[in-house]
Amino acid sequence: MKTWLDAWPVFRQLTGPDPLGRGAAARSKDTESVVSRTATADRVVQSVCPYCAVGCGQRIYVKDEQIVQIEGDPDSPISRGRLCPKGSASKSLVTSPTRVTKVRYRRPYGTEWEDLDLDTAMHMIADRVLEARRKGWQDENDGKRVNRTMGLASLGGATLDNEENYLMKKLYSAMGAIQIENQARI
Amino acid sequence: MAECHPVGFQWVSEAKARGAKIVHVDPRFTRTSAIADLHVPLRMGTDIAFLGGLIRYVLENDLYFKEYVVAYTNAAALVSEDFADAEDLGGLFSGFDPENNTYDESSWQYEPEEPPHSGSDDPAGAAEQDELEDHPEIRKTDKAQAAGSGGPPIAAKPKRDETLQHPRTVFQILKRHFARYTPEMVAEVCGVEPEVFLQVARWVTENSGRDRTTAWVYSVGWTQHSVGAQYIRTCSILQTLLGNIGRPGGGILALRGHASIQGSTDVPTLYNLLPGYLPMPHAMQHESLDDYCADAAGKAGFWGNKRAYTVSLLKAWWGDAATADNDYAFGYLPRIDGDHSSYRQIKDMIEGKISGYFLVGENPTVGHPNGRMNRFGLANLDWLVVRDLQLIESATFWNESPEIETGELAPETIATEVFFMPAASHAEKEGTFTQTQRLLQWRHKAVEPPGDAKSDLWFYFHLGRILRERLAGSTDPRDRPLLDLTWDYPTHGPDAEPSAEDVLREINGVGPDGRAVSGYLDLKDDGSTSCGCWIYSGVYADEVNQSARRRPGREQGQVASQWGWAWPYNRRVLYNRASADPDGKPWSERKKYVWWDEEAGRWTGVDNPDFEATKRPDYVPPEGAKAQDAIGGADPFIMQGDGKAWLYAPAGVVDGPLPTHYEPAESVVENALYKQQANPTIEHINGPWNRENPSLSPVFPFQVTTYRLTEHHTAGGMSRTLPYLSELQPEFFVEVSPELAALRGLVNGEYATLVSTRTAIEAKVLVTERMRPIRLRTGQVVHQIGMPYHWSYSGISTGDSANDLLGIVLDPNTHIQEDKVSTADIRPGRRPRGPELIEFVEGYRRRAGVESGRVGVNGRDPVAAEAGEGSQQ
Repeated sequence: MKTWLDAWPVFRQLTGPDPLGRGAAARSKDTESVVSRTATADRVVQSVCPYCAVGCGQRIYVKDEQIVQIEGDPDSPISRGRLCPKGSASKSLVTSPTRVTKVRYRRPYGTEWEDLDLDTAMHMIADRVLEARRKGWQDENDGKRVNRTMGLASLGGATLDNEENYLMKKLYSAMGAIQIENQARI
Repeated sequence: MAECHPVGFQWVSEAKARGAKIVHVDPRFTRTSAIADLHVPLRMGTDIAFLGGLIRYVLENDLYFKEYVVAYTNAAALVSEDFADAEDLGGLFSGFDPENNTYDESSWQYEPEEPPHSGSDDPAGAAEQDELEDHPEIRKTDKAQAAGSGGPPIAAKPKRDETLQHPRTVFQILKRHFARYTPEMVAEVCGVEPEVFLQVARWVTENSGRDRTTAWVYSVGWTQHSVGAQYIRTCSILQTLLGNIGRPGGGILALRGHASIQGSTDVPTLYNLLPGYLPMPHAMQHESLDDYCADAAGKAGFWGNKRAYTVSLLKAWWGDAATADNDYAFGYLPRIDGDHSSYRQIKDMIEGKISGYFLVGENPTVGHPNGRMNRFGLANLDWLVVRDLQLIESATFWNESPEIETGELAPETIATEVFFMPAASHAEKEGTFTQTQRLLQWRHKAVEPPGDAKSDLWFYFHLGRILRERLAGSTDPRDRPLLDLTWDYPTHGPDAEPSAEDVLREINGVGPDGRAVSGYLDLKDDGSTSCGCWIYSGVYADEVNQSARRRPGREQGQVASQWGWAWPYNRRVLYNRASADPDGKPWSERKKYVWWDEEAGRWTGVDNPDFEATKRPDYVPPEGAKAQDAIGGADPFIMQGDGKAWLYAPAGVVDGPLPTHYEPAESVVENALYKQQANPTIEHINGPWNRENPSLSPVFPFQVTTYRLTEHHTAGGMSRTLPYLSELQPEFFVEVSPELAALRGLVNGEYATLVSTRTAIEAKVLVTERMRPIRLRTGQVVHQIGMPYHWSYSGISTGDSANDLLGIVLDPNTHIQEDKVSTADIRPGRRPRGPELIEFVEGYRRRAGVESGRVGVNGRDPVAAEAGEGSQQ
């Protein structure tokens, strides 16, 4: 009888040290057996939130090579462990079921997406870059040496890493492409 | 700030808890206003008048920080007799060229102390550069940034009057310029009651001086205007007069909206810049490295080392192929010769001038104003590469865009080949973001990216590798820059991922001994050092990735300088020499930050001094000193050629040496201060796809602004696709006041249609007192509409796109669009659909006296399209 009554939260609430039912009285066997994903993760990786530029610290919890949780990093002197709604939702950003993980291709005048092998896509893009570069090439403009191509352009988002922006600017400049822009303009 | 940078706002809340007064100046009432001590709802687009009013209050009441202003600013400099102020010319400054809508800056210069000299080792070269500066084609490229972070060169040391009484001192000019920006004028222009304005003025000035500092925080609410750069200038002037720059608790803080938007400017993927704010070489000005460096050779300040920064960059890019004999491969760099910025490119795409386009984590058909024009641009490409996490609207424009419904676009007419290349997320790659306070923070990689998803580092490295393989053996000189490029990054893992740390080390720079340099002071102009971005030099000092430092904040002091790494030289407050007086003593015990330690013979403090550590406060540059050696010991603004903060800009700001209130390009109000209605140097991009709403038009009687919500991010690709965030903010809405709702019959929770000369969109109506009509002193009532801009047709939470309503007009300094204020009509009910939408908007254009917005196939010009022109030439 005692065991049966003890399993009843209201009984524990009325007789135990938790009259408001916000602590021990409300705990069930199921609750007892639940372990947080952060406790069972294989490793924790320090990262930075990808949304705004405050730069809140994130801790990414990984189990079986999958991201199981992303939380604020209490060590960060900037954010002190806090995340906003977007930062708190960033696990669903990286594990989203609608994320596209295969190359998609739409041919000229096509009405549907098609599959394309990644390596094939890379080589097709390289072909097109060389062709656009050639088509838009200018040795001179208005009698001045310009040494450039107007055939291609690029617009980057501002979630690009510095290292990525650096390689982009370096490669584009070497191929003569000048119409290189970023969200930072906008 | 509480809405868009909520975690940063915790520090504002802390400050308030410690007694700080918080003032929120915004047309809308937001979560920030709710916390603030005072909310000031001003009419959108009038901030220069408001800030100008504060400047006048400071000057008229002698409330400026005298010692600071005399010692650290150009207040005492005398300006040329030829200068005429906008006050005297109806809103134009001297030097205006109405044909090109540009200014010739020569009359804005200082009166020289001696006969003008360039301060340069290469006076003839510098003079030629100077002359070329005023060429309209050069003025249109990007004059403001072409001077780099050193500010534009000044031709000569000015005459000074330290009593500030001479009528042509900067101080007196400033006083006259803002004399009419009275509390009454602020009320007339901004709709802010004089009592409210005076409350702000008292709080700001009482909280500035030796013992106290005031900070200003802004975001794109200040930059996305036709006078955006001048907004920031106005605040800079105010803060400098009050002595609030370079001191703890002071400054003007830009809250940037994206994880590494600061980094994207520092290591720029921008057409007009090379890394570290070095300008892209201009075809007319910079044939040789000598031409390029002429303006800086021998110039005072750290910009005087421009040649060392440039040669080190060229060495980083072209290694052994960059030698003294070939000008360090300076000729390999392509040249710019006009405005090649993003919006110009869209026009060029529509006109078939651009074949291929890369979109790398950017969704312009939603995030840029005038989505329809952007979509027409994409529809006229030969090919488009989109790299993103989700199938964003810019990848699906060819079969899902609103113009498919109107019949203006169809998959069968669009030749654009689209490659969607899945991208790795922030958790699936390593690298640095630079956050809004110039702080680089390294992210470690948590897991491998899924499937074909790859980092952008991977994509560009391998694209470059393939291109170089294709061109191997080419003898065409135009291929040399690609073939000579240093591109041998070590790779690792199954995907051959290049090493981001190796790239960061290249950015940091390497010395003659092959070791990472400790900072840009190590860089040489003789080719013995390399450095990919001079301002980032030091991020890999001692061969240690300094950006990965993670000493917990609670174990550090207030500056927390051992968390990440800030450029330059891990300094957390720029120009912090100004936190001490000219003798090097703190202005006050309370605001002590960096000071001169006479005993140790060096600068010290809680931050790294933004000054050479052993330069004495009484240091006077000897005759012929160069670069930093030419900056005196009491001149904190070490990037400027004169070491001073500029209250007045004798060069470098293309729309005037002083900020001046102009109405927005689309305004319902006449300019109360000047005959000149709007900024005379605005950049327009004309075409049927980018018509402008005429100002003062009864057809477009309301002002509109756009903004972000806490629960969504920019164009929505990273938020409308997520269930939690979509549940929190499920649909597109517009905010209107009860007064406007009554005027137009709008009902809360029901649809309204908003119309401009670009298009019409529909949104749910939120009737709220957060939006207030502004009653001007003239009796005119200005109704303002607020629109969050996150939505479009894809994702979990969908709606019309606010940005489709907006047009594109640009600030001439930055080529940034004015989308924080425009005009529109609003009416109850849903918008017409299909071809009827075109007729509906065309009717509005007709009534407003605006040219037709009809387009031909794929948005091309109707006539050209019929003639068969297009991208397939």
